[in-house]
Amino acid sequence: MAEIRGSRGGLPERRWWLAVAVVLIAALALPNLVGEYPLLQLSVVAILSLVSMSEGFLWGFVGILSFGQTAFFGLGGYTYTVAALNFDQTTLPLLAAIVLPALLALVIGYFMIYGRIGDLYLSVITLVVTLILEKAMRATSGSQYVIGSVRLNGQNGIPTVPSLAIPWSHGQTLDLTGVFYLSVVCLAIVYVALRLLLQSRTGRVFVAIRENDQRAQLLGYDSRVYKLLAFVIAGAVAGFAGALYGVWGNFVSPDMFSLSQSAQILIWVIVGGRTTLVGPIVGCALIEYLTTALGTAAVGQVTVIMGLILMFAVVFFRRGVIPSLGDGARLLWRHIQSRGARGANVSQ
Amino acid sequence: MEQTVIILYQVLYSFSFLVLICLGLAVIFGMMQVINLAQGEFIMLGAYVCNVAVKDGVSLWLSFLIAAVAVGLFGILVERVLIRFLYGRIIDTLLATWGLSIFLVGGTTIVMGPTTNSIPAPFGTMYIGAYGIPAYSLVLIALAFVLLIGTYALMRYTRAGLIARGTMQNPVMAAAFGIPPQTVYMLTFGFGSALTGLAGAIIAPLSGVSPTMGIFFIAKAFVTVIAGGPMVLLGTISASALFGSISGVVDYLTSSVLGEICVLLVAIVLLRLLPSGITGKFRRGI
Repeated sequence: MAEIRGSRGGLPERRWWLAVAVVLIAALALPNLVGEYPLLQLSVVAILSLVSMSEGFLWGFVGILSFGQTAFFGLGGYTYTVAALNFDQTTLPLLAAIVLPALLALVIGYFMIYGRIGDLYLSVITLVVTLILEKAMRATSGSQYVIGSVRLNGQNGIPTVPSLAIPWSHGQTLDLTGVFYLSVVCLAIVYVALRLLLQSRTGRVFVAIRENDQRAQLLGYDSRVYKLLAFVIAGAVAGFAGALYGVWGNFVSPDMFSLSQSAQILIWVIVGGRTTLVGPIVGCALIEYLTTALGTAAVGQVTVIMGLILMFAVVFFRRGVIPSLGDGARLLWRHIQSRGARGANVSQ
Repeated sequence: MEQTVIILYQVLYSFSFLVLICLGLAVIFGMMQVINLAQGEFIMLGAYVCNVAVKDGVSLWLSFLIAAVAVGLFGILVERVLIRFLYGRIIDTLLATWGLSIFLVGGTTIVMGPTTNSIPAPFGTMYIGAYGIPAYSLVLIALAFVLLIGTYALMRYTRAGLIARGTMQNPVMAAAFGIPPQTVYMLTFGFGSALTGLAGAIIAPLSGVSPTMGIFFIAKAFVTVIAGGPMVLLGTISASALFGSISGVVDYLTSSVLGEICVLLVAIVLLRLLPSGITGKFRRGI
């Protein structure tokens, strides 16, 4: 590897801040330009991008491949819903949807990371935890499964997720445009925060652990603490995204935990590449666009294509589809340039 | 007395069920260090082949055989097209076979439709006191034991098993003796797939056949093999026995969902205590 990705120290350049600001302003201008349906789609892409980014952060920069970001995503959604319905307010439930998944991540992460289990086992355990939560949630259809005053409804999910109340104006809730603004701003904040984290001292230790765990330990860093920290951060982000997802669709269901959802997240990250934090966002947007475009023309069609993408991407694009294509384009460009230069020499 | 017999039956049944759905995965993982996340879908394919064969008037027992051969050949195809590019990249294999699993679910849904089919289980119902159990489940238990012992004998006492084990231990040395490791890998993967297909056919009369049935098995199969550790067969037997007992008893006392959740929780705790599986500390065995 020529340069160690994401390891440059110090604060990001001014150009980067400018780019973030421009993109954010452009995105915030969108509600004036597009109709309601595209806006709804873009909001969900922004929300799912948060999950995608949490996975990209964990896998690409710390070297932990979690198959269970959906566990935190789903838990966040359910936490928000149950708390909001019980306490009749939405600000604290939103916070709870960050804290509870983070706690779950802390517990599972402690088991896995302090158990020093291998990569494979870590992936398997995160997968299994997701399955447990999904199974448990699906089994709660009876009327005895109640938290506070909320029935969990098992398979059918909870279709009455409250919209987010605006804390400073009484009785008003966020409408469609409001949810869009909220999700885009949250995405931007989390992106900037993760980027700053990665460029801090802690972030550089993350990357060092990804590059060589043992060497990081020999240099005196307790890699377990750092890995656990990263795992908890990613869990919190995914949980928060789950709550936003509930707000977005006013609906949570056990499908949020499902294996196909976990596979989706990995496909986003693999397609977008995990060498940058933006990659997973781009991957998520692309795949979501593709899924919508394919629609439900034939049952199973979308899953067939997702499966093919995953297989091909893993075999042929080890660094992710977009980064690999970028590399290819750069090589081709250099090739063309050098041939052009040679041609010029000959003609002289 | 009846209670004891019923609990014993439950435990034995859970054990056999686990052995069936794990054996193919265990052979492939233990021998080749390849995790096949599409294991559940291989089971599903076996069940479908059996289903189609039975519908066409083939006898159930012959359908088992057809399912084993068909899924075995499919496994060889998968090894040639996908897996062989990924040896040594264990996480990538996991991801690629996950893609395969999604692909197979989608493909089967398109070809066969999303409905659940059923194969009538032969032999009707048997009674232990007041409890009725499908008599076919005793056949399933017997077949699980036959397969387990057969695979053990094949690995331990035949020349093919010796060659396979030798190649897995040291491919370069095997190649020096004139045994092409690529072929051995291919055939081992095919053998594991055939076992899985056979398992799918065997459980089909009890579980029903649908494109998404694989999901119900994958978690159990996975944790059992992983918790079993490096010794393929001993690991599968001991982990199946442990998890089978837990799931059998909890199923009997409460619900089958809770039984499964208990198994998965125990598996997680077990991996914390024994990170390299139950047989991780064993010095020898297969």
